[in-house]
Amino acid sequence: MSDKTTSPIPNLSRRSLLKAGLATGLTAGAVGSARAGGDPLITEIQEWNRYLGDGVQARPYGTPSEFEAHVVRRDVEWLTASTESSVNFTPLHELDGILTPNGLCFERHHGGIAEIDPAAHRLMINGLVDTPLVFTMEDLKRFPRENRIYFLECAANSGMEWRGSQLNGCQYTHGMVHCVMYTGVPLKLILEEAGIKTNAKWVMPEGADSSAMTRSIPMEKALDDCLVAFKMNGEALRPEQGYPLRLVVPGWEGNMWVKWLRRIEVGDQPWHQREETSKYTDLLENGKARRFTWVMDPKSVITSPSPQAPVPHGKGPLVISGIAWSGNGRISRVDVSLDGGRNWTTARLDGPSLPKAMHRFYLDIDWDGSDLLLQSRAMDEHGFYQPTKNELRAERGENSIYHNNGIQTWHVKADGTAENVEVS
Amino acid sequence: REGGVLGLGREATPEEVAAWDIDVRPDGKGLPVGSGTVAEGEVLFADNCAVCHGDFGEGVGRWPVLAGGEDTLTDERPEKTIGSYWPYLSTVYDYVRRAMPYGNARSLSDDDVYALTAYLLYLNYIVEDEEFELSNENFLDHRLPNEENFIADDRAEEAHYARKGEPCMTDCKADPVTITMRARILDVTPGTVGD
Repeated sequence: MSDKTTSPIPNLSRRSLLKAGLATGLTAGAVGSARAGGDPLITEIQEWNRYLGDGVQARPYGTPSEFEAHVVRRDVEWLTASTESSVNFTPLHELDGILTPNGLCFERHHGGIAEIDPAAHRLMINGLVDTPLVFTMEDLKRFPRENRIYFLECAANSGMEWRGSQLNGCQYTHGMVHCVMYTGVPLKLILEEAGIKTNAKWVMPEGADSSAMTRSIPMEKALDDCLVAFKMNGEALRPEQGYPLRLVVPGWEGNMWVKWLRRIEVGDQPWHQREETSKYTDLLENGKARRFTWVMDPKSVITSPSPQAPVPHGKGPLVISGIAWSGNGRISRVDVSLDGGRNWTTARLDGPSLPKAMHRFYLDIDWDGSDLLLQSRAMDEHGFYQPTKNELRAERGENSIYHNNGIQTWHVKADGTAENVEVS
Repeated sequence: REGGVLGLGREATPEEVAAWDIDVRPDGKGLPVGSGTVAEGEVLFADNCAVCHGDFGEGVGRWPVLAGGEDTLTDERPEKTIGSYWPYLSTVYDYVRRAMPYGNARSLSDDDVYALTAYLLYLNYIVEDEEFELSNENFLDHRLPNEENFIADDRAEEAHYARKGEPCMTDCKADPVTITMRARILDVTPGTVGD
């Protein structure tokens, strides 16, 4: 137990001395174990039980407890040449439910985080429209709004695992995903405001950052469920998530969710931009490459136990917890295997079940302490279920980079530790 | 104005559209008037690009390789470059103009970008003459070798998706499952377990 709030020596207060003493006492004894006379955490009056805590305005924008300081986004330095065109990872192993806290949503930038004054931000609609338009943020907040919960998964999530087990922890193997509630304007309404021409078949969002991200999106999708969003989980978008404006493309690969959205062009053909030719195309074993692989297929991962979340308690009741999602719609079912995929038990979905959103599943077991080869297998409402990694490799080879939704295996050992493994 | 339903926003001026709409399509739509030669591109590349991409587009450290890699797409470790992988030259022009040099985007003139695109064609042996000049007039005459190798998304036809229906629930594998690979052996994960 660290004591970050202890004063420097000259100002040592009685209170901080007490805190220091308490910390020593805690490390000496096993926390929570019964002793003669009882647990001192119960039999002795605790500091927080006696003294006043901080007042209401001590934390005008609250942050997590200092004891949760390890629950942070992390990166893998060797993955990319520079941190401004790079990625970090959501700490999935520490989270529960279906919503990701804004400060923990993984980041993927191609030119760093653009810091934009919303008063200086503009959204332009041009191309095959009756009237090219410019909107301010104030204009956009006068359109009718929608609130929708969607997952956003990077196309490259799990991409480092195509050749086999590489990174040890679901934060790293599966953490390029988050799920929040977006508030925004249906893209359809904005396009209708400009008036799309009859030969308009595609739209191309563009970002205001130094990478000027662009992707081609078919008009059918643009008019279906895309949002131009300015809020996430009730508050303004975080700068690293596109403040003040981003595109939401439900169920589709994260690259298309253009951040710092400044322009939408309407056209009759796709543009074949860098991010849909050089990148976000999926090389197959025969040398051909798929393009426009937009949808994120059904996928799941057990978040606990997992390599970063070992079992701390030995045999007995054990909560197996995980997440599942599908770009096709709702998750209808998640099966869990304890023996590497020989036998499966249908897990319990808990919490809201929303299309193209994260789902939470649990399987409560009585662990006998023997080795487990834990797997989860998601099914979506259209009957598509999550393939094994070997099934994917048989179809695609190992150089697709993107769209790895193969079943993950964790080897849980008798000591409760877990490892990322591949199985026969 | 026409089209408006709610009457929000205002009409974009032609100057505003021109300032932001700089994208170029494979059919040449969006190409600005201009030109540049391989020789000019070589100088620009040395001054603005080679520090990351190498003098010959070979890439420095982990920075992207821009040239070479022909006939490697079926190799165990493919090298995907403009010459070996990219389908369209328009993407080269568009991307360099919108996003390069990294950290100093939009600093090149339209003619600069033609010259750099010409030099990238040269580095990839798609043109061989140092005096070659690329312009909006002859841009469509030059195609990239891998254009035909991109296919539509046909994932739904893969065996594991095509079968749909009820998956196996019991005794799904004949033999006991064995571990074939462990992440810990590679040991490339940052930090330590539980940190």
